[in-house]
Amino acid sequence: MADPLLQVRNLVVEFPTRRGTLTAVDNISFDIAEGEVLGVVGESGAGKSLTGAAIIGLLEPPGRVGAGEILLEGRRIDNLPYEQMRRIRGRQIGAIFQDPLTSLNPLYSVGRQLTETIMTHTDMTPTKARDRAIELLTEVGIPAPTRRVDQYPHQFSGGMRQRVVIALALAVNPRLVVADEPTTALDVSIQAQIIALLKKLCREHGTAIMLVTHDMGVIAETADRVAVMYAGRIAEIGPVREVIKNAKHPYTHGLMGSIPAVGHDAERLEQIPGSMPRLTDIPQGCAFNPRCPQAHERCFRDRPEPLPVEDSRVACWLYNEANALSYEDAKRAVAAKEQVSEAQLEEQTNV
Amino acid sequence: MSEAPVSDVAEKAPARTDGRFGHAMLKVQGLKRYFDVSAPWLNRVLEKQPKQILKAVDGIDFEIARGETFGLVGESGCGKSTVARLIVGLYGPTDGSITLEGNNIAGLSRKEMAPMRRRLQMIFQDPYASLNPRWRVRDIIAEPIRAFNLTSGNTETAERVAELLNFVGLNPRDGEKFPHEFSGGQRQRISIARALASKPEFLVCDEPTSALDVSVQAQILNLMKDLQREFALTYLFISHNLAVVYHISDRVGVMYLGKLVEVAPSKTLFSTPRHPYTRMLLDTIPDLDMTGRERMPVGGEVPNPITPPPGCAFHPRCPFANDRCKSEAPQPIAVDGGALVACHGVEEGRVPQGPILATPAKPDGLATSVHE
Ligand SMILES: Nc1ncnc2c1ncn2[C@@H]1O[C@H](COP(=O)(O)OP(=O)(O)OP(=O)(O)O)[C@@H](O)[C@H]1O
Ligand SMILES: Nc1ncnc2c1ncn2[C@@H]1O[C@H](COP(=O)(O)OP(=O)(O)OP(=O)(O)O)[C@@H](O)[C@H]1O
Ligand code: SF4
Ligand code: SF4
Ligand SMILES: [Mg+2]
Ligand SMILES: [Mg+2]
Repeated sequence: MADPLLQVRNLVVEFPTRRGTLTAVDNISFDIAEGEVLGVVGESGAGKSLTGAAIIGLLEPPGRVGAGEILLEGRRIDNLPYEQMRRIRGRQIGAIFQDPLTSLNPLYSVGRQLTETIMTHTDMTPTKARDRAIELLTEVGIPAPTRRVDQYPHQFSGGMRQRVVIALALAVNPRLVVADEPTTALDVSIQAQIIALLKKLCREHGTAIMLVTHDMGVIAETADRVAVMYAGRIAEIGPVREVIKNAKHPYTHGLMGSIPAVGHDAERLEQIPGSMPRLTDIPQGCAFNPRCPQAHERCFRDRPEPLPVEDSRVACWLYNEANALSYEDAKRAVAAKEQVSEAQLEEQTNV
Repeated sequence: MSEAPVSDVAEKAPARTDGRFGHAMLKVQGLKRYFDVSAPWLNRVLEKQPKQILKAVDGIDFEIARGETFGLVGESGCGKSTVARLIVGLYGPTDGSITLEGNNIAGLSRKEMAPMRRRLQMIFQDPYASLNPRWRVRDIIAEPIRAFNLTSGNTETAERVAELLNFVGLNPRDGEKFPHEFSGGQRQRISIARALASKPEFLVCDEPTSALDVSVQAQILNLMKDLQREFALTYLFISHNLAVVYHISDRVGVMYLGKLVEVAPSKTLFSTPRHPYTRMLLDTIPDLDMTGRERMPVGGEVPNPITPPPGCAFHPRCPFANDRCKSEAPQPIAVDGGALVACHGVEEGRVPQGPILATPAKPDGLATSVHE
């Protein structure tokens, strides 16, 4: 079999500081195949954006890749000189950032930014590039694109700006798209359009997509596989249906439990007690242990690595064979403790 | 000052539709905001183009009672953020009035607005752009506390900042850092902490949780509800996440191209949406159950607020449109369930009351690229 389009091997992203080095992404590995969408979810601050930034070679100093390798179509790209990486970024990797305003230049019209990107990476004439720009704006659902193309970013609504950023990333049909929260600023119907557009890219051009989002609905509809990140590590990675419908890691379980739903009436939403540790106080062993209802002795001692459980890989001692818990037992334990912790939480909040 | 003209909408049916709350904290009447988006003057003259006016908000009325949460939903670009910015005074209205506890606040100067600012705060859609990159987070959060002299000194301010950071699930020690050292969701939490710092009574929240993972989102929404219960806070809550809006809102307004097309108690709106647009919007809620249902993007051509369709602006996409819809703009009327709906079809009883529409209008340009 051919190599996966993207391979991330033991990636570490760190920030050197006066008081030592902070490890924000801590030894993670995953692949994305051609035409595949990998969804990435997880706690705010877990390292999703930094992982994306490391892949596209745009980590902001002092952030740096501390260890590991990143390969695109079998070729290492994490150690390339800046100029070479810049060309790859334009032509082979498209990036959609979390923050639309930072990717758009407020001084240039939307059309100028698009045509310049297109002309830098292709040999289109200015007129052709402008036509392509309008076509792209149409594809991402900007109304009246021929008129809007000459407007400036501040004249667009939040969601419209985000769609311009998406258009910029897709301008030259890249091999890999790293999309960081591409649909958060968008309403559900535009979301559906963007997702359909991304899927079409995968199907027709074999584009691989790393899709970072908090929206489980978007993940359910778009992703083939999902990686769940917590405190710089991958807690669980597997086929989308497995992760959403049959979460194994206690963190994933908690995450799925806090999703609000239309028609579901509850005064309070379920929440995972506590908050993610700061990078300076990641506990020994499993990073989730202070908040985990199933934490046991081993969790405080050794760090669990993602190991195969059914079709997924799960980093949790409950599922480790050496721990003598069968998969079924482990799942039962997760479900049972989950109920206890909810009851406890309720008690806490009632007093 | 003379009383602002009461629009016929307000006369026909009061916007208060739910007796659970007391008097109106915020009252918006006939509110409009137009933007001039013409090409620069010289180009216009040379190319003989007319002036172009974009009607971002085009005459809306609503009230929010003290202690109530009013949700505002609608497609991207329909004018939600513009409404938010009008209320907090970042834009002046082209027309109409906004009153906060009976005091007119529309179009006040910065100085006149000053006494209101403590009571009226906003969480912005774009958290990074609204945080000063050169300030430490503790100073960003302390700024409103200092500006309004809300504490007796630095120690108390520091305590209050620490408390606020805790509230939003950050560590007080994070106060030393600068905004760029935080992730997207952490920045959003910083802007929430800052908005809460001055103990406002009215909070305008523009997509306050869109950058948060669902468990932190649950924490923030629970916190917002707790604060509301404790201090009778009033919220205007804008979000694209309809499940979040359902959870947090008492009443919900649906906007379409600068106008409110339906206002109803949250439960009513989500269980029996009346306006054809509302029903299409609800049909686009993502499917977490993975039934394999293809989501139906709202069909038809995406409207353009510079040249909105005449009559009911939704008519090119509405399966129930008739000739009246194409020429006459519908006014909001009260229907059962405490809802206000602006739709001729509903008024005439020719829009059937089913849960949701299945067939969008003829897909064209954009919609084809989606369905293929
Ligand atoms: N320049 C920096 N200096 C120090 N720490 C940083 C810096 N940039 C990011 N971090 C830290 O690295 C961690 C991971 O950040 P990242 O932006 O990857 O999170 P994320 O998973 O994308 O979160 P979100 O969902 O909130 O966007 C965070 O705890 C953040 O505080
Ligand atoms: N300063 C401005 N100048 C010109 N046009 C503007 C300005 N601000 C907003 N608009 C236009 O007004 C309309 C409404 O914008 P607004 O930001 O209120 O939309 P929104 O409902 O908040 O959308 P989103 O969900 O995408 O944030 C859009 O067509 C937008 O392009
Ligand atoms: S390893 Fe232990 S602490 Fe970590 S998630 Fe599994 S049970 Fe919980
Ligand atoms: S007024 Fe007419 S076009 Fe508008 S929503 Fe109602 S039926 Fe449809
Ligand atoms: Mg991020
Ligand atoms: Mg907006």
